[in-house]
Amino acid sequence: MSQIFHRSANALARATIFGAVFILGVLGYGAMLLNRSGYVTGAHVAIEQPVPFSHKHHANELGIDCRYCHTSVEVSHVAGIPPTKTCMNCHSQIWADSPTLEPVRASFRTDQSIPWIKVHDLPDFVYFDHSIHVAKGIGCASCHGRIDQMNLTWQENSLQMEWCLNCHRHPETFVRPKGEVFNMAYKVSSRTQETLGPRLVAEYDVHKEQLTNCSICHR
Amino acid sequence: MTAKQTQWISAFGLLAALVLGAGCRQDMHDQPKYKGFRPSDFFADGRSVRPLVPGTVARGHLNDDALLYTGKIGENFSPEFPFPVTRAVLERGQERYNIFCSPCHDRVGTGQGMIVQRGYKQPPSFHQDRLRQQPPGYFFHVIGNGFGVMPDYAAQIPVRDRWAIVAYIRALQLSQHVPAAELPPEDRPKLDQAAVKTKPQAGSSHE
Ligand code: HEC
Ligand code: HEC
Ligand code: HEC
Ligand code: HEC
Ligand code: HEC
Ligand code: HEC
Repeated sequence: MSQIFHRSANALARATIFGAVFILGVLGYGAMLLNRSGYVTGAHVAIEQPVPFSHKHHANELGIDCRYCHTSVEVSHVAGIPPTKTCMNCHSQIWADSPTLEPVRASFRTDQSIPWIKVHDLPDFVYFDHSIHVAKGIGCASCHGRIDQMNLTWQENSLQMEWCLNCHRHPETFVRPKGEVFNMAYKVSSRTQETLGPRLVAEYDVHKEQLTNCSICHR
Repeated sequence: MTAKQTQWISAFGLLAALVLGAGCRQDMHDQPKYKGFRPSDFFADGRSVRPLVPGTVARGHLNDDALLYTGKIGENFSPEFPFPVTRAVLERGQERYNIFCSPCHDRVGTGQGMIVQRGYKQPPSFHQDRLRQQPPGYFFHVIGNGFGVMPDYAAQIPVRDRWAIVAYIRALQLSQHVPAAELPPEDRPKLDQAAVKTKPQAGSSHE
């Protein structure tokens, strides 16, 4: 019986073996990218809210400090979403007839909460605390991005474990002077950070070696 | 079908089940517990954050220090602070004033804040005689109870911070009302120059 395959088929066969490995590799890489993409993590998707509240307007153009509304961010694990009363401090007089603000006024009249949609949502098995990060010189913008440029709020980072650890392993590349924590426009400059970073880490008594212990975040 | 084939098929099936199963792992992500601000379908108002039952006094919150919590001594506004005003208190006050008051009263206290520029009623300047003569307890009272159309800040500012703000307002008032003769000698030339160019802005030296 004559041979069915020509000799050159050997090369082809080898190529397919390599090809399979290659294809698996590409698939794996694709899956990795997908897992980090906004489609899975929810990052960079602006969320429709019951009231089109704009941080760009309030925090940037009007210059209202984050702590006017997120009052507990320095002392508690939650930053807090402001109660309707906080909005009414100003909106009892400003745009008091605007139809856009009707849900706020209705909430104030009826004492029913405005159903804000959560933008950031860690899994329930992760423990997170705002106050420690703020107290150790980590700026809002390092985690939330330029909130003050957002009309509708979105999540800037993946919030995956890898992302938390990236900073917990190298806090010196992110820390800033405490006075700049609420400054959205502060830029970590690579030149000064080389000396400033390690100095602040020492000054704030950050225990880098403990920061990757599983029990810090999974307690 | 050979035994070998069945083995392969079941192995593949198991693998597929594992891969697919890994996709629906949400039960530990969304555990049946309340974290901050989570809605609740148990309570009628839908809030898991429960308001206090009226009349409840939490441990350590008896608030029986009338001066500290009301700014009054008897019926009258207190002319003094419930704790010594130190540099740290003033700095805290400055920070809190800039967060909570400056949107309307502006950083110097003249009442030209950003929100006023957008149409809010203009508050009186802190630098008029009537307000210079008010005791600290009066300012404390206004922060906690509001005044006219000004909203109260009882929910946003803890009592010690309110006193710190009052101390800072006192400092602002002084800064705008120093007789020229009391200025330190090194500041005199600055004043003379400024007076030529614009009206003096002593408050900005606090920035
Ligand atoms: C005038 C009040 C106000 C101010 C000032 C303000 N915020 Fe907000 N913030 C809100 C409200 C209301 C929401 C909920 C609606 C939304 O998500 O946009 C919110 C939502 C957020 C969220 C998303 C919360 C979630 O659901 O996960 C972040 C992060 C945030 N704010 C950060 C900031 C930062 C940083 C600043 C300071 C630059 C700031 N905010 C200033 C009122 C305010
Ligand atoms: C180290 C990163 C980090 C920093 C710094 C940080 N946040 Fe957050 N923030 C988060 C994470 C993570 C969540 C989601 C928490 C959750 O789902 O439990 C969050 C949630 C929030 C929320 C939603 C409500 C809540 O408390 O869960 C607000 C509002 C908020 N942040 C405001 C701020 C402000 C204002 C600052 C600056 C003072 C700030 N954050 C600094 C990581 C950070
Ligand atoms: C410190 C004052 C202040 C607070 C507090 C405040 N706002 Fe505003 N807001 C303003 C001002 C001033 C404007 C309009 C500015 C202008 O005219 O450009 C505005 C505009 C708006 C608009 C646009 C109105 C329209 O019809 O276009 C919305 C929506 C809004 N605010 C929602 C909110 C919500 C929700 C809150 C509570 C979390 C809130 N604001 C708290 C001052 C405030
Ligand atoms: C930009 C840097 C940065 C990011 C991002 C970050 N952290 Fe941190 N985290 C810190 C620093 C700095 C500390 C303070 C460490 C210390 O005091 O020793 C800290 C402390 C903590 C602590 C308290 C540790 C203790 O000793 O009690 C927890 C919990 C924590 N982080 C959780 C998280 C989680 C969860 C995430 C991701 C969602 C996260 N962090 C993201 C910088 C960061
Ligand atoms: C800095 C905080 C932090 C530390 C330290 C940390 N984790 Fe995590 N971990 C997270 C966060 C945030 C998530 C959620 C990731 C997500 O939503 O995809 C997570 C998710 C996980 C998951 C995945 C669960 C799932 O369903 O995807 C496992 C498993 C896990 N962590 C184990 C560990 C172990 C083991 C350690 C110690 C070596 C550890 N973690 C240390 C923050 C942390
Ligand atoms: C939303 C704008 C707004 C904010 C923020 C605000 N105020 Fe006012 N304030 C006013 C207005 C308007 C008046 C005048 C009220 C009137 O005459 O009806 C006023 C009046 C006052 C008065 C004068 C009372 C009198 O006897 O004339 C004091 C004192 C005062 N505010 C203190 C404060 C302090 C302290 C803060 C910060 C904690 C603050 N205000 C924040 C708008 C504001």
